[in-house]
Parts: sequence; structure tokens; C-alpha cells
Amino acid sequence: MATETRTEAALSAAGVLRALKASGFTDVVWLPDSESGFLHQALAADDSLRLVPVCREGEAIVIALGLTVADRQPVVIIQSTGLFESGDSIRGAALSFGMPLLLIVGYRGWNYGRPMTDTAAIYLEPVLNAWGIPHHLIESDDDLERVQQAWTEAVERAGPVAVLVGQEYE
Amino acid sequence: MLAITTETPRIDCLAALDALASRRTDQIVVNTMVTAREWPAYSRNEDLDLPFIGCMGKASSLGLGIALGRPERQVLVFDGDGSLLMNLGSLVTIAAARPKNLVLIVFENGVYEITGGQPVPGQGQFSFAALARGSGLERVYEFDALEPFVAHLEEILSGPGPTFVCLKVAEVGRRSPKPGRVMGEAARRVREVLAGT
Ligand SMILES: Cc1ncc(C[n+]2csc(CCOP(=O)(O)OP(=O)(O)O)c2C)c(N)n1
Repeated sequence: MATETRTEAALSAAGVLRALKASGFTDVVWLPDSESGFLHQALAADDSLRLVPVCREGEAIVIALGLTVADRQPVVIIQSTGLFESGDSIRGAALSFGMPLLLIVGYRGWNYGRPMTDTAAIYLEPVLNAWGIPHHLIESDDDLERVQQAWTEAVERAGPVAVLVGQEYE
Repeated sequence: MLAITTETPRIDCLAALDALASRRTDQIVVNTMVTAREWPAYSRNEDLDLPFIGCMGKASSLGLGIALGRPERQVLVFDGDGSLLMNLGSLVTIAAARPKNLVLIVFENGVYEITGGQPVPGQGQFSFAALARGSGLERVYEFDALEPFVAHLEEILSGPGPTFVCLKVAEVGRRSPKPGRVMGEAARRVREVLAGT
């Protein structure tokens, strides 16, 4: 059954880190969510990507744009709740700077295609759609090539593109 | 703490901008609200100016990102008090990131001047300098007169940051001109200049 294979397939912190490095990212601007503890350990142990922790996700979006102005290649890693929190930063900065920005968003409440009950999941895609921000789901290491694809799309569009993480990292 | 009241002597905001412009060399300037509107009349290096009015409260975050990305280049942020109140956590974020090249100057006029001069919450009851220190920032200045600010400017701009400065300013008291440049254009121009240096 599709559902079973999906829950068995793992998304590894090491795999995500490899994908980010392979795509040339230099800085991770982030605020943790309950699913991403392993990713934090992997990032903290790796010197090649600078970790910039923030107090609030709205800061993260704009700090990342500042890094982009300074010719770095940051990625923002937040939870869907944090995406809602950073609405004005996305509207007033990310969508108007004309610069690529990759958002990796924890899809809290994603239910592998089945009906969802968590509003942090229910509103996520409609809100991204309202802003015209393309989004792509990753659920296992097999999907990690979408990180590079999403970044290429962000560069082509000169705007934000989101990768939605539908699985806990292992 | 220097409380803002109607009797408090205040710095002339435009004179402070003038002083900053005359000592500014190759620093990137991120500014917002009234200072973003008034700065073009004083700036001598518009290519490195980034007026940031896109999302209120985030000028300090933009400055932090640029400062982290270009550690050898100083970044000055001119913030509004209402704006900084909206993003107080950024003081903690900045203190944690410790960018040596970031100077955050809040122009505390006690009001939301752009929207008509309504008082900010707790006007005169809180201290940005104390909030900055309490956030872990160590180089913190506060001025309520122009002369000591000008006298300290060289020290402010030459010492290792992150540096926080609170200027108790008077309202400009006029309808400041709208920025002539579109924000995204300015951001892309600064990026181009930085990429070429
Ligand atoms: C999130 C958000 N809330 C409210 C506003 C409306 N607004 C625009 S300018 C402004 C006042 C800015 O005040 P301050 O930062 O103190 O700067 P000043 O105008 O005094 O220079 C407000 C409230 C806004 N643009 N964005």
C-alpha cells in the first residue's frame, strides 16, 4: 500500500544536509520544529553551512534576503506555523526583492495525502498558492533531488520557492 | 534611563542624519520610515543605500543578513522606534550572531511619525538601551543631544560591533518626501555593487 511504503521511507538529516551542500547553500537561517531535531544536530556538527538561529520566523526571511544581497546563498528552514508568522516579510520583502529564496517548510500535520486535521497543514498550500509561491513535497531521501530543482526554479523566477517537508527527519 | 517627555530636549533628526552622512564612507545604509524618506537629501553614496519599507520592523534583520554575508563591510541600520518595538527579538538574534560590522541606530521619536504621530505603546516608560543590554549587546549608546552624539560618532563607527545606538530625536514634523526609488531596485543595486567589490 502506498501509505505504508511512504511511512517506512526515511528522510535523513544527513541526506538533507548533503542535498543542501550539493546545491551550493552557504547559510541556514532557521527556527526549529519538533520534527527537525536530528537536522539541527547534523547542521551544528557541520562547519561548511553556517547556522543563523532566529527568535521569530519573520526575521529569518529578511535575514536570508540580506545574506542574498551580500551574495551568499541562504536557505530558510522553518515550520508551517512559522511561515504563517512571517506573512508580512514574505509579502513585503521576499515577493518584492526579485531575488531567489528557498524556503524549507516543515509540513506540520501532513497526513500522507489523507485528510488533514491540523490547521497548520490545512492552510499551508492554499496560502502559498495565494502568494503564487511554487511548492514541492519531499517525504523521503528519494525526493531530495527536488531541493536542487526548487532552487533552480527560485533562481529562474527570481523569487521564493518552497519545499514542504512531509516527514520527520531521522 | 532618558525618558521621552514633551519637555525632554531632543536631537534634531535631520541634523543627526547630516552628521551620519558626513562621516559615512563605504558603509551600507539600511533605513526605514522617516529616515528612509529624509536620508536621500543627505546621502553621498546612494548606490549603497537600501531604503527598506517593505515590511515594518525588519530593517534590523535585513542589516544583520548583509552584515553576516559581508563581514569586512560595515552596515548601518537606521530604525524607527515603532518598528524596532515590532521586532525586539532581533536584538537577541543580533547579540547571538555577534556581527562585528553592524551598527543599529534607533531614532526614538516616541511616535509613529509616518502614520500621523500617534504615540508608541509605553512612550517614555521603557529604555531601548536597557533592552539592548538585556539582550546581550555590549556596545550600547544613548544620546539626547546632538553634540555628544557627534563627538562619539567616530568611536561608534570604528569600534567592534555589534553596536546599538539610541537617539532621542524630535519628530521631523513635516510630510517627508516619498522615496524616489523602488525598494527591490535598490536591493538589487546594492547586491550588484557588493558582488563587484
Ligand atoms: C506590520 C505593519 N503594521 C502597521 C503598519 C502601518 N505603519 C506604517 S508606517 C508606521 C509607523 C512607523 O513608525 P516608526 O517605526 O516609529 O517610524 P517613524 O514613522 O516614527 O519614523 C506604521 C504603524 C505597517 N506598515 N506594517
